[in-house]
Amino acid sequence: MTELKRLPTLPGVHLKDEITKISQRLKELGRGRHLDKAVWDKVELARHPKRPYTLDYIENMFAGFIELHGDRCYGDDSAIVGGLAAYQGRTLMVIGHQKGRDLASRTKRNFGMPRPEGYRKAQRLMQLADKFGIPVMTLIDTPGAFPGIAAEERGQGSAIANSLLCMARLNVPTVAVIIGEGGSGGALALALTDRVLMLENSVYSVITPEACAAILWKDSSEAHLAAQTLGMTSADLARLEIIDEVLPEPRGGAHRDHAAAARILKDALEEALRELETMNPRLRKKERFEKFRRMGVWKENGLTLF
Amino acid sequence: MAQKVSVDISRRGGNSLDGAQSCPGCKELLSPGDLSGNSMVCPHCGHHFRMTARQRIELLADPGSWSEIAGNLRSADPLEFFDLRPYPDRLEEAEYETGLSEAMLTGRARMNKMDVIMAVMDFGFMGGSMGSVVGERFWRAAAEAMDTRFPLVVVCASGGARMQEGILSLLQMAKTTCAVELMAEAPIPFVTVLTHPTTGGVMASFATLADVIVAEPGALMCFSGPRVIEQTIKEKLPEDFGLAESNMDHGQVDLIVPRTELKDRLVQILGLLEGGVACALQPLWEEKTRPAGRRGAFAQAFDRIKALANAPWRSSQR
Ligand SMILES: [Zn+2]
Repeated sequence: MTELKRLPTLPGVHLKDEITKISQRLKELGRGRHLDKAVWDKVELARHPKRPYTLDYIENMFAGFIELHGDRCYGDDSAIVGGLAAYQGRTLMVIGHQKGRDLASRTKRNFGMPRPEGYRKAQRLMQLADKFGIPVMTLIDTPGAFPGIAAEERGQGSAIANSLLCMARLNVPTVAVIIGEGGSGGALALALTDRVLMLENSVYSVITPEACAAILWKDSSEAHLAAQTLGMTSADLARLEIIDEVLPEPRGGAHRDHAAAARILKDALEEALRELETMNPRLRKKERFEKFRRMGVWKENGLTLF
Repeated sequence: MAQKVSVDISRRGGNSLDGAQSCPGCKELLSPGDLSGNSMVCPHCGHHFRMTARQRIELLADPGSWSEIAGNLRSADPLEFFDLRPYPDRLEEAEYETGLSEAMLTGRARMNKMDVIMAVMDFGFMGGSMGSVVGERFWRAAAEAMDTRFPLVVVCASGGARMQEGILSLLQMAKTTCAVELMAEAPIPFVTVLTHPTTGGVMASFATLADVIVAEPGALMCFSGPRVIEQTIKEKLPEDFGLAESNMDHGQVDLIVPRTELKDRLVQILGLLEGGVACALQPLWEEKTRPAGRRGAFAQAFDRIKALANAPWRSSQR
C-alpha cells in the first residue's frame, strides 16, 4: 500500500487515469506477490557465495589449463581469467569473470567487477584463439563492470565496446555460458557468441534489481519487484530468445555439487561445439550476426515484430 | 547499465524556449533568441546547451535534404514493464513532450552537398535511452550506409539502456556492434559525435567504435554515471570527471569540436576518410612460399571439420 500512497503525489495525473493506474498497480502487486519468491530465490542462488566460479569449472572440466595474463597495455585484471585448455583432441580458449570466496580473494578479484584491462586481456586472448582456429568459451559471472574513476579514465566504455566488436569479428566457434550473475554491459562484453547457454539459476539483466528499484521506484527495497518485472531469470530469457538453452543444475543448485555442475556444462559445451564446428565457417559467422540483428521487439506500421 | 541514467543535467541548464535563462557557465541572462541564433551555444562563454534532435538535424543537414529512414518504428512493451507507471504511458508522454517517435532519428541527408546517412539521438526522449527501436534504427541506418556507400554520422546523447525493455535493451549493444562490424568490413566511414551526456550502453557500444570520435566541449561521456561511481568509491568526483576535455587528456576521443564548427569539420573528416587509394591485397599466405608438408592453422581446422563431419557419432545420430 505504500506505493498507492505515493501515486497521488505524481504531478499532472488526471483522476481517471489514476484510477486505472491504481487498479493496474494492484493487479501487478497481486501478480508480484504470487511470483516474487521464485524470482528472488533465483537472484539469491545466482549470487550464492558457494556457487562454482569460472576457475572451479575450469578445474573440473579440463585436465590441462594454462592461464595467460595481462593486456600488454596496462596490467593484469584478476576479475577476468583466461587461458588455453586441452579439450577432447582440440584446444579451447576459456575466458571468464572470476569472483573471490574470502575477503582477500574477493578484494583481489574486485568482486568479479572487471576494469578495462580485463576486457582488453579478453580481446587479446580471443584474437590469439582466432589466429590458430581455437574455439572460444566464455563464462559469465559478474555484478557488472567496475564503476571507478581510473577505470573510466582508461576507457571502460571503449574497452567493453571493443570486446563486443572483437567477439563479433571472430571466425572461430564461440560459446558463452552464464554461470551466475550476468550483470549488464560488463557481462555482455563477453557474451556476443554463436551460442549463449545459461545455467538454470543464473540471472542476466540490464541492471541489478537493487539499482533499478532505486531509480524507478526511488526505493531499493523494491528490488524483488524490479527483479520480477525486469525478466532476468533463465526462463524469461529463453522465452525472449536471448539465450539458446537453459542448463539444468544439480538438485538444490550448482553450489551443492560443483563436479556435477561442471559435468552438465561439459556436456552442453560438447554438444554446442559439435554443432558449430561442423558448420560452414562463413555461414556460422553470418548466423551470429543474424541472431543479434533479430534481438529486440518493436512495432512497425502498428504491427508488433519479434 | 541503466543505473548510469542518473546524470545531473540540471547544471547544464534546460532548453526551455519560453523566456530568458541564466547560463550555467557564466551566469549571464540569455534570451531564447541569443541561444537559438547561435546553435544553442552561449555567446558569452561558449557553454554548449543541450540540443534536440530536430535542432541537431537543422544544424548539420543542408536545408531540405533530410529524409527519414525507419520512421515507422515504434517501441512495444514486450515485458509489460510496470514500475510506478506503465511503460506505454512513459512513451506517450515522451512523444508528446518531444514531438519525436523515439530517442533516435535516422535518415538520409546532405552536409555541404555531401551525401550522408545520419542518426541523431535526443536526450529529451526518455533520457536518450537505447531500447529496441534505437537499436533497429541504428541497424537500418548502417544498412542504408552500406547499400548506398554513403558515410554514417551518428550524434550520440544517451543516459544508457532503456530499463523498461530489460534485457532486450542490453542486447542492443551487441546488435549495434554487429552493425558496426559489418560497416568496418565494407568499409563505410563512420563518425560519432559525443554530446552531453553520452553514457552507459551507448558509450560502451557504437559511440566508442567509430573510425573517428568527435566530442562537443564540456560533454559528459562515461560508462558509469558520476553518481554510481560516487556511491561505489564513497568519494566526491573531481569537477572535470568524464568531461570531453578530460577524456581527451586520457586519449579517449580524437578531437573536440565546438558546435559552431561542427558541420564543416565533420564534412572535412568524412572527405579525408574517403580519400584513400585502393590497395586490396591478396592474403600473403596464399602465395606458394609455405614449406611443403606443413599445413596452416586454417587448413588444419578444415581437416578437423571434415573429420568431425565424418565422425561415427554423426552417422549414428542421423
Ligand atoms: Zn555563458
